[in-house]
Amino acid sequence: MLGLERRDLTILIAVAVITLFAPIILNPFPTGSALAQFNAGYPDLMQRFVIFGIFAIGFNILFGLTGYLSFGHAAFLGIGSYSAVWMFKLLSMNVIPAILLSIVMAGLFALVIGFVSLRRSGIYFSILTLAFAQMSYNLAYSVLTPVTNGETGLQITLSDPRILDGESSGLPVTSLFGAEMRDTTTLFVGPWSWDFSVGYYFCAALMLVAFYISVRIFRSPFGMMLRAVKSNQQRMNYTGLNSRPYTLAAFVISGMYAGLAGGLLAAMDPLAGADRMQWTASGEVVLMTILGGAGTLIGPVLGAGFIKYFENIFSKINDGILHQWFAFMPDGLENFVVAVIHPFIGKGWHLTLGIMFMLVVIFLPGGLVEGASRVGRVFRRRDRKADHVESDAARQRAAAE
Amino acid sequence: MDAILIQILNGLDKGSAYALIALGLTLIFGTLGVVNFAHGALFMIGAFCAVTLQKLLTLSVTTIDPERTDFLGNPLKVQTPYVENWFGPEVGGTIVDWAVPLAILLAIPVMLLVGFVMERGLIKHFYKRPHADQILVTFGLAIVLQEIVKYFYGANPIPTPAPDAFRGSLDIGVWLGFDPYAIIYPYWRLVYFFFAGVIIAAVFAFLQFTTFGMVVRAGMADRETVGLLGIDIDRRFTLMFGLAAVVAGLAGVMYTPILSPNYHMGMDFLVLSFVVVVVGGMGSLPGAVLAGFLLGILQSFASMNEVKSLLPGIDQIIIYLVAIVILLTRPRGLMGRRGVMEE
Repeated sequence: MLGLERRDLTILIAVAVITLFAPIILNPFPTGSALAQFNAGYPDLMQRFVIFGIFAIGFNILFGLTGYLSFGHAAFLGIGSYSAVWMFKLLSMNVIPAILLSIVMAGLFALVIGFVSLRRSGIYFSILTLAFAQMSYNLAYSVLTPVTNGETGLQITLSDPRILDGESSGLPVTSLFGAEMRDTTTLFVGPWSWDFSVGYYFCAALMLVAFYISVRIFRSPFGMMLRAVKSNQQRMNYTGLNSRPYTLAAFVISGMYAGLAGGLLAAMDPLAGADRMQWTASGEVVLMTILGGAGTLIGPVLGAGFIKYFENIFSKINDGILHQWFAFMPDGLENFVVAVIHPFIGKGWHLTLGIMFMLVVIFLPGGLVEGASRVGRVFRRRDRKADHVESDAARQRAAAE
Repeated sequence: MDAILIQILNGLDKGSAYALIALGLTLIFGTLGVVNFAHGALFMIGAFCAVTLQKLLTLSVTTIDPERTDFLGNPLKVQTPYVENWFGPEVGGTIVDWAVPLAILLAIPVMLLVGFVMERGLIKHFYKRPHADQILVTFGLAIVLQEIVKYFYGANPIPTPAPDAFRGSLDIGVWLGFDPYAIIYPYWRLVYFFFAGVIIAAVFAFLQFTTFGMVVRAGMADRETVGLLGIDIDRRFTLMFGLAAVVAGLAGVMYTPILSPNYHMGMDFLVLSFVVVVVGGMGSLPGAVLAGFLLGILQSFASMNEVKSLLPGIDQIIIYLVAIVILLTRPRGLMGRRGVMEE
């Protein structure tokens, strides 16, 4: 179905089901309970999950398949945001034209930047993309202020033309043919409350499309070519293939993904600032992809969700909450435990993230996905040992011979 | 003419910092073949050595002086640093005043230790891994180091003044026959420039004129052969990593009066230093120094008003622009050696 193998189809359906029921799944704790702060099921955060999921999926098409490590992908995110906000200002508050423009603009920039940067590989490529992104960031901050509104960031105002929309009272909101992005229906079931927001489902639908496309790319002959670039570019060139069109195509596609993510960020909240292009933002998408598992289908989405959850939930834990948790301990021990954990929570969540990232790179180069499959393998092996000790022994004998 | 001289001088201090950091980066790259994204963090740790020493020296004991009163009429509380109590106000005051240069003595052992621990504990395991992995793990390490410093010192910049003797500016223009006040240059920046010069000269002399340096240079050229000759090259390279850490740390210590240290200063310098290394040529020490000064001076020229009105925004992008042009026209950088990092 959909031109996918059965295994990929299962993954796609699983992702679809999870995103569909995310507002419920991410709110496992009743409102008002002590653990309610671990609920991630509010629209703002869920939108970020899927939007950065798209960003990471796109980055993975470049890094995961070709091995080219770009340190400047946030530039495309920023370009997407700026173009979307301009569309809101000039044409209409409908999100469709805005997102289309942001994809196209990001694609064009990616074409130019990729054309230049891909002349070099390895660390030089990383530095070139970093240089381009920092240039865009610096320009957006200073000279391009008429276009980007400098430090304040680009916002919609009442006096914008908005040709298609006509007059409106008050600041208009982004919408999809009348369905406002910020519309939220809250469902109360017993002690639980679940928010279903239009914006989230719009982003989720686009993420599913993006995910589907990336699965198709991974399984296509084009994807095979990209993998060939990663495993041995020299040999590929010797067989008479020019690798540059393939890498450029991958770069542009991943740039368009980033543009889409940027456009969606603006569609959920119509403002765009230069800090979206800073190299720390580029570093973040690298973290997401590696943490989840570069080169795997589901990894980047996992990584994006993981980091965004961390950023929003972990950073909210404070000492008071810790004292609550460890209240069962004797006082001295409780204070000691809280003091030990203190640097890693709240404002210190970056520290935890950094340590975790290092551990993943050192011990699990395949990211969380590899971790999961390793755990899975251990369990499967144990099952097999219990069930077919003999056939296993036979296989080993065969392997030995 | 004097305007051009001013810009060259202005470029020198930034250029010195770039050159020192890039020197360490390229030293690590040339010897160990590791791309160290945590090098900016080493620069930052150096700067915080100065902050730490300053804080230690100004640790004070509070005494009550019954003879004087504060503005509320209560007896005045006087804070005297312990140092002044021990050595007398004269000598003690001078020691506190000279905290930044003294921090060099603290920074050298600290940076050596940090360098050794980093190399033996982490980097060692990444020699055989791809460059992307090295970048990623050192990037993670940089985040961790940065956050640790932030935890202990807070997020705000901490002012660390230069010694009194070096405050104020020097009127260089008079020496060269210009009008007074035509070319004015702060003393400390001059000190920084000479300091950078001394460090760079020392590193080069060490590599050029000692047996140890000769072995290291041989190892940089052909590691395998040196190993086959029965020389434990790994141990020497570890020492070079420590040396590179010291260079970065000292660059940080002396930079504190120019820029109040904050926890993300390392990252800010790192990006530019990488560009400097690439422009100079990966693994080339003279290239790193040359490119550092060149880019520093170019940047200060680009921020002249005349240039800015001609090409708006050029001061923001000049370094990156130069890097892009150089990478595309001279892939090996200005002075890159053949066969280093070529795919």
